[in-house]
Amino acid sequence: MTLSLLRRPEAIVAVALLLAMVIIGLVNPAFWSLDNQFGLLRSNVVIGIMALGVLLVMISGGIDVSFPAFAVAAMYLTVKGMVQFNYTGVALPFVAATLIGLILGAFNAFCIRAFRMIPLIVTLGTASVVRGLLLGLVGTSTINVDKMPPQLIDFGKTDIVNLTLADGSRYGLTAMILIYAALALAVHLALRYTMIGRSLYAFGGAPEAAARVGFDTRKTLLFAYCAAGALAGFAGLLHSSMIWLANPRDFVGFELDVIAAVVLGGASIFGGKGSVLGTLLGVFLLVMIKNSLIIMHIDTTWQQVVVGLVIIAATTLTAWRDRMRVA
Amino acid sequence: MDASLIELDGVGKNFAGIRALDNVTLAVRRGEIHCLAGENGSGKSTIIKIMSGVYQPDEGEILIDGTSARRLTPVESVHHGIQVIYQDFSLFGNLTVAENLALNSFLRESRRLVSWREVRRIGRRALDRLGVDIDLDAEVGALPTSSKQLVAIARALMSDARLIIMDEPTTALTRNEVERLMTIIRAIQRDGIAVLFVSHKIGEMLEIGENLTVMRNGRVVIEGPIVEFDEVSITRHMTGHDISTAIYEGAGDPEAPPRLELKGLTVPGAVEGVDLSLRSGDIIGLSGLIGAGRTDLALALFGMRPHHTGEIRIDGKPVSLRGVSDAIHHRIAYVPEDRLTEGLFLTQSVQRNILASSFDRITRGLVIDRARAEAWTAEMIRAMQIAAPSGSTSVGDLSGGNQQRVVLARWLLTEARILILNGPTVGVDVGSKAEIHRIIRDLTVKRGLAVLMISDDVPELLGNCNEVILMHRGRFVERYRAGSATEEALTDRLRSLR
Repeated sequence: MTLSLLRRPEAIVAVALLLAMVIIGLVNPAFWSLDNQFGLLRSNVVIGIMALGVLLVMISGGIDVSFPAFAVAAMYLTVKGMVQFNYTGVALPFVAATLIGLILGAFNAFCIRAFRMIPLIVTLGTASVVRGLLLGLVGTSTINVDKMPPQLIDFGKTDIVNLTLADGSRYGLTAMILIYAALALAVHLALRYTMIGRSLYAFGGAPEAAARVGFDTRKTLLFAYCAAGALAGFAGLLHSSMIWLANPRDFVGFELDVIAAVVLGGASIFGGKGSVLGTLLGVFLLVMIKNSLIIMHIDTTWQQVVVGLVIIAATTLTAWRDRMRVA
Repeated sequence: MDASLIELDGVGKNFAGIRALDNVTLAVRRGEIHCLAGENGSGKSTIIKIMSGVYQPDEGEILIDGTSARRLTPVESVHHGIQVIYQDFSLFGNLTVAENLALNSFLRESRRLVSWREVRRIGRRALDRLGVDIDLDAEVGALPTSSKQLVAIARALMSDARLIIMDEPTTALTRNEVERLMTIIRAIQRDGIAVLFVSHKIGEMLEIGENLTVMRNGRVVIEGPIVEFDEVSITRHMTGHDISTAIYEGAGDPEAPPRLELKGLTVPGAVEGVDLSLRSGDIIGLSGLIGAGRTDLALALFGMRPHHTGEIRIDGKPVSLRGVSDAIHHRIAYVPEDRLTEGLFLTQSVQRNILASSFDRITRGLVIDRARAEAWTAEMIRAMQIAAPSGSTSVGDLSGGNQQRVVLARWLLTEARILILNGPTVGVDVGSKAEIHRIIRDLTVKRGLAVLMISDDVPELLGNCNEVILMHRGRFVERYRAGSATEEALTDRLRSLR
C-alpha cells in the first residue's frame, strides 16, 4: 500500500516539494510565516488555472503555447468593454472572458485537425496573430487602477481570512484560491470519471488506436483546446481583477512557467500521462522556487535560468521514468 | 447448406494503378480456423482491410451471413462481429489492462461517465472468459508482448466477436508463447468463433488450421482442407517455384592463404580462445544457443570489442581491429541482427541507404557525383533484385526481404572482402529468403568474398555453408563439413548443449 503510493508519479513531486520547503525554510525562516504562505497561495491561482488547461492539452498529446495570448486578449477585451459601457456586474464579464478563450481555443483545434498541423506551430501562430490583433485593433494602453471597474477590483480583494500583523498591517488569504480549488476539482472529475476525459488519455497514448476503438477524436481535440482556451480566458480576467489593472502586453513568458509546472507535475510531453494533483503540486513547487528567489534578492534574469533548468530536469526525469518502465 | 460467415466473391482492388487484389474469392465458415497464407505483398493485408471495412472493393461483393454487404464500414464490420487483432494490437499502453478491456463496451453503449467498479468488472469477465491471469491494474505498456496480445484478444471477444482475424500473430512471440496462443485459438473455436489466421509461417498453419487459402500476387492460387497440404506444397504455392535444397560446396582455393585467420581469439567474458580459418569463397556458418558468444565474436571482428586478445590475420598479415574504422579499412562488413534499428534509415530513400557507407567514394571535392550515385544505385537494385520502383522509394515502405537486400547492397558497395552476416534472413518470408541465399552464394563465388554467417536457422546454415561451426560458452565445440550433417543431427546436438 505505502509502496504503491510512493510509486505514483505525484509522490516524486510531493517529496521534492517538501524537501524544497525544508531547505528554503532553513535558509529563511520567514518562509514559514502565515503571511508568506498566504502570498504563495495567492500567486498559485492564475498560473494554476492556466496549468489545468495546459494539462488537458498535454494529456491529449499536444502542446499549447497560445494560452497567454488568449488570456490577455480575453482580459483586455472584457475590461475595455466594461469601461466602455460602464458595466457594473462581475459574473457576466467572467463568462465573456471565458467564452473568448473558448472560441480562440476552438480555432486552435480546427487548425490542428483540418490542416493536420503540429500543435506547437499552430499555437505559436495563433498566439502571434491574437497578440498582434489585440494591440493593432483594440489598443495598446494599460487600463490603470483609476479606470478599472471598481466592482472587479473589489471582487479580487475578497479574502477568506483576515489577520493583522504585529506592526498593524493587515493581510489575508484570497478567496480566489477557492475558485482555483473548485476548477481543479472539476478538471479532476472530468479527467477521471467522464468518457471525454478518458478519451484524452486514450488519444494521447495511441491516437490511431483511439480512432479504431471508436472514440470521436475530433471531439477529443476540440475539448482539449477549447478547455485550455476557456481556462486561460477566465484566468486572464481573474489576474486583472487581482492586480487592479489590465495591460495588453501582459503574460509574456507565462507559457514557459506554466508548461514547466505541468511537466514538473508529472505530465508526459509525449501525451497520455498526467494528473490534476501532480499539476497542483508542480505549480506550487515552481511558484515557491520563483518567489523564494525574490525573497533571497536574486535577480529576475536568474529566475529565467532556474525555470529553464527546471523544465529540462523535469522532462529528463519523466522521460527516464518512462524508459525505465518499458525496460 | 451455406454456413459462410463472410465471403468475398470475385473481389478486386487497385491502388494507384497497381492491382492489389484480383478476382479473390474466399469464404470463412462459422466456427472454423481458416489460414490465409502468402508472402509479404501478396495481398493478405488488403483482404483484412476489406473484411474490416477499412477499404472498399473496386469489384466484386462481400457477403456476410449470405447477404450482400454493400459499402461495408469499419463500424458495420464490428457490428457483424468481425474483429481484427492488428500486429500493433491497437492497445493503449498508458492505460490499465482493465480500462483497455472496458473502453470498447463503454463506447458501444455511448456512455458519458466512467464507473471504475464497472471497468474492473468488465475487465475481470474478459480475462476469465479467455482463462488467463493478468493483473487488471497493470499498465499495458509495461506488459510483455504475449500478454499484450492476450489483452487484445480478450478485448475482441468482449465485442461479441464471431470472427477474429489475426494478422501475423506469432511474429514477436517465443516458441512457448506460440504454443499458448495455439491453445487459446482452439479454445476460442470451441465457443463457436471463427478465426482467420493470417501468416507466412507454414509450420504454425499446418498445426492450427482446418482450411487454407494461399495468396500470391493478389490472387488466390489454391484453397482446400489443410490436410491436403504439406510444407513443400505450401511453399511452392506461396512462391510459385520449388526452393532448391542443394548444398554449397565452397569455392575457396585450398592452396591460397586464408583471407581471415584467428588464433586464440578471446573476448573477455564471451569468447574463449577460438581458431578459425576463412578462405575467399568460403561461407562458414556459426550456430549456438543465445549467449554462446557468436555475436561477440562478430563484433570483435568488426572492431567493436577492442579489449579482445589473440591474433587476427588478414591475407596472412597480422592486423589490429580496435575500432570500426579499422574494420572498414580492412574491408570487413557487418550486417547486424536487427536491421530495423541497427542497419537501416527507415525513413530515408533506398538510394541513400545503399550509398550510406560509400559517400566518400562518390564525392568530388565537396559535391556528390549524382550521375555516379544514380548508376551505382541502379546497378545494386538490379544485382540484388530489390523490388522498389526507384531509388527514391522510402526503405520503410519495402517488405522485410527487400529491406535486408538493401542492407546487403550497402555493404557490397563498400567492396567488402569479409562479410559477417548476423541472422541474415530473420523476419524475411520464405521466397525472399531463398532469393537472398542465392544472392549471397553467387556473390561469394563471383567476388571471392569470405563470409561468416551467424544464424539460428539450421536449414539455412546447412543449405548455404561449406562448413558449420557450433559454438558453446565461448568455444567452438563441433565442426561439420557441407553435406556431412543432417538437420536432425545438428538440431539434436544444439539441444544437447542446453
